[in-house]
Amino acid sequence: MIKIEKLHKSYPIGKDSLHVLKGIDLHIKEGEFVSIMGSSGSGKSTLLNIVGLLDIHDKGDYYLNGELIKDLNEKKAAILRNKFLGFVFQSFNLISYKTALENVALPLYYKGMSRKERLKVAMDYLEKVGLKDWASHLPNELSGGQKQRVAIARALVTNPKVVLADEPTGALDTTTTDSVMDLLKDINDEGMTVFVITHEEEVAEKSKRIVRLRDGIIISDTLTKAAKAL
Amino acid sequence: MFDLDRWREIFQSINKNRLRSVMSGFTVAFAILLFTLLFGVASGLGNFFKSAFADDAQNMMFVRVWKTTKPYKGLQTGRAIQLKNTDYNYVTDEYEDKIQYQSARIYKNFSIKYKNKASTFNVRAVHPDHQFLEKTIMDEGRYLNERDIREKSKVIVIGRLVKNDLFGEKLALGKRVNVNGSSFLIIGIFSDEGGDNEERMAYIPVSTAQMMYGNNDYISQINLGYNPNLSTDAAIAFGKKVERDMRKRLNIHPDDQSALSVRNMAEANKFVSILMFALFLIIGFIGSGTLVAGIIGISNIMIFVIKERTKEFGIRKALGATPGSIIGMVVQESVLITTLAGYFGLTLGTYILSAIGNSLEEKYFIKDPSVSSGIVIGATVILIISGLIAGYVPAKRAARIKPIEALRAD
Repeated sequence: MIKIEKLHKSYPIGKDSLHVLKGIDLHIKEGEFVSIMGSSGSGKSTLLNIVGLLDIHDKGDYYLNGELIKDLNEKKAAILRNKFLGFVFQSFNLISYKTALENVALPLYYKGMSRKERLKVAMDYLEKVGLKDWASHLPNELSGGQKQRVAIARALVTNPKVVLADEPTGALDTTTTDSVMDLLKDINDEGMTVFVITHEEEVAEKSKRIVRLRDGIIISDTLTKAAKAL
Repeated sequence: MFDLDRWREIFQSINKNRLRSVMSGFTVAFAILLFTLLFGVASGLGNFFKSAFADDAQNMMFVRVWKTTKPYKGLQTGRAIQLKNTDYNYVTDEYEDKIQYQSARIYKNFSIKYKNKASTFNVRAVHPDHQFLEKTIMDEGRYLNERDIREKSKVIVIGRLVKNDLFGEKLALGKRVNVNGSSFLIIGIFSDEGGDNEERMAYIPVSTAQMMYGNNDYISQINLGYNPNLSTDAAIAFGKKVERDMRKRLNIHPDDQSALSVRNMAEANKFVSILMFALFLIIGFIGSGTLVAGIIGISNIMIFVIKERTKEFGIRKALGATPGSIIGMVVQESVLITTLAGYFGLTLGTYILSAIGNSLEEKYFIKDPSVSSGIVIGATVILIISGLIAGYVPAKRAARIKPIEALRAD
């Protein structure tokens, strides 16, 4: 599903440049539940941005769903994101003036689906995350855990190939963290590839494979107990 | 453009951010309101000037004489100048090709009597062309003609108010009145847009007046209508030439302005058209300045709006919005606000102008201020274009927003 070979990325800082990713090799197959761990500055967010087509890499190859990602213009990237990727962010990133239902339906708008149809599909996904009764509420009327569930529903609504979650539990307390991770696990159990970035051990333990980054290189790549138990 | 979903997105965005939308709309509405009022007032001034000179023919010029104030060729100052038929004939023959209308004029003050009613009126003795020079409007009967001049007929054309004074509602045409002791036949009744004084007046043939009252060939004034094919500058030059010729003929010092003058409407026309041009230039400058300020205003607000919505655009892009769809959305929203607000300003301005109407004519010389449909259409086009410009620049910036940067800004 995701295949990365000798990936490099540096950011210009004034006249110098900061080498963030120093040759990453990573292969994630369909249906995997992978956590990327590392302290801040280890390059994990950069990796997610590149995988999520929000940023471009300098060197190396990146295959998404078998397609080589190269010379991508903004329009093409937008279409690929809409088609293959679902995003879940630490700060939820819901649009404040849209209801939960409208937020979930938004990716379908960019897909070109009719309003009636997309609201119906969005409602199905809201039901799936247990928020059917909150469909007409605005984000500021929801709790943190509820907001993240709405965001997960929005990430799933286009039926993507991969769900990318950037510190999905970073803004949540322990109880809601568990329920959000359980939700991601359920999604993974249904066959969805899930790619999580976190710095919390407990969160990473819920996934099936942990990849640890330090200073832009992979230092370990292990299966979790949860995966071994299967 | 006609994507219903797109419109729904835009209406939602406007509706959920009312203060912002109203503020940006206000800038445009105010600019267009000022623009409309400025142009309306300018055209009102123009209308006033046009109507102020509408009383007489636009191409009129006349030669008048008084007393000399400078000695010339051995002649003393204080000499009274007298125009005669020969002077009139000289001018009309010499410049035939440059003249459209020609008439002499003698001023008299006569008592006019009908039965037991009598009153003193201004009587002008003139040639037939005088009708066109003075823009006399015939209500009944006819004006003087060449035959009246030739035969020195005792006929009279009376003004509407003369008829009212002497006849009231009764029939006047064909009746005889006593003018300074002689019986004259009323052949016509006229009105004049120049006001009451012009209508409390009567016209008789110039030849009849010369024969009856003094039996001489004196005239008071020579009235001409220059050929309308002449340019304004050529007409002014023509007037100067006539003035020089007449001075020479009547032995007047070339610089003696008090003895003889030629009043030429061409000069007034030129003055008015320069004035109007300058006025429209100034108003055009201020008006377009106001519009530009309005456009910059809305553009500024849009830039602020984009900043405020950076995160929203970042989210939209992460979810699959293409840069084009972001630009389209912002521009369309901007055009919608500009057009609606501008239309509001335009309507309000037009309404204010029509409410003003002619109420400012007396004091401020503004008559029937209004904006022409051409300006309205032009302003609408400018509005849409300005909405496009005001929206496009910030939209372009919005589309360049990198989702990562936008989403990082918490």
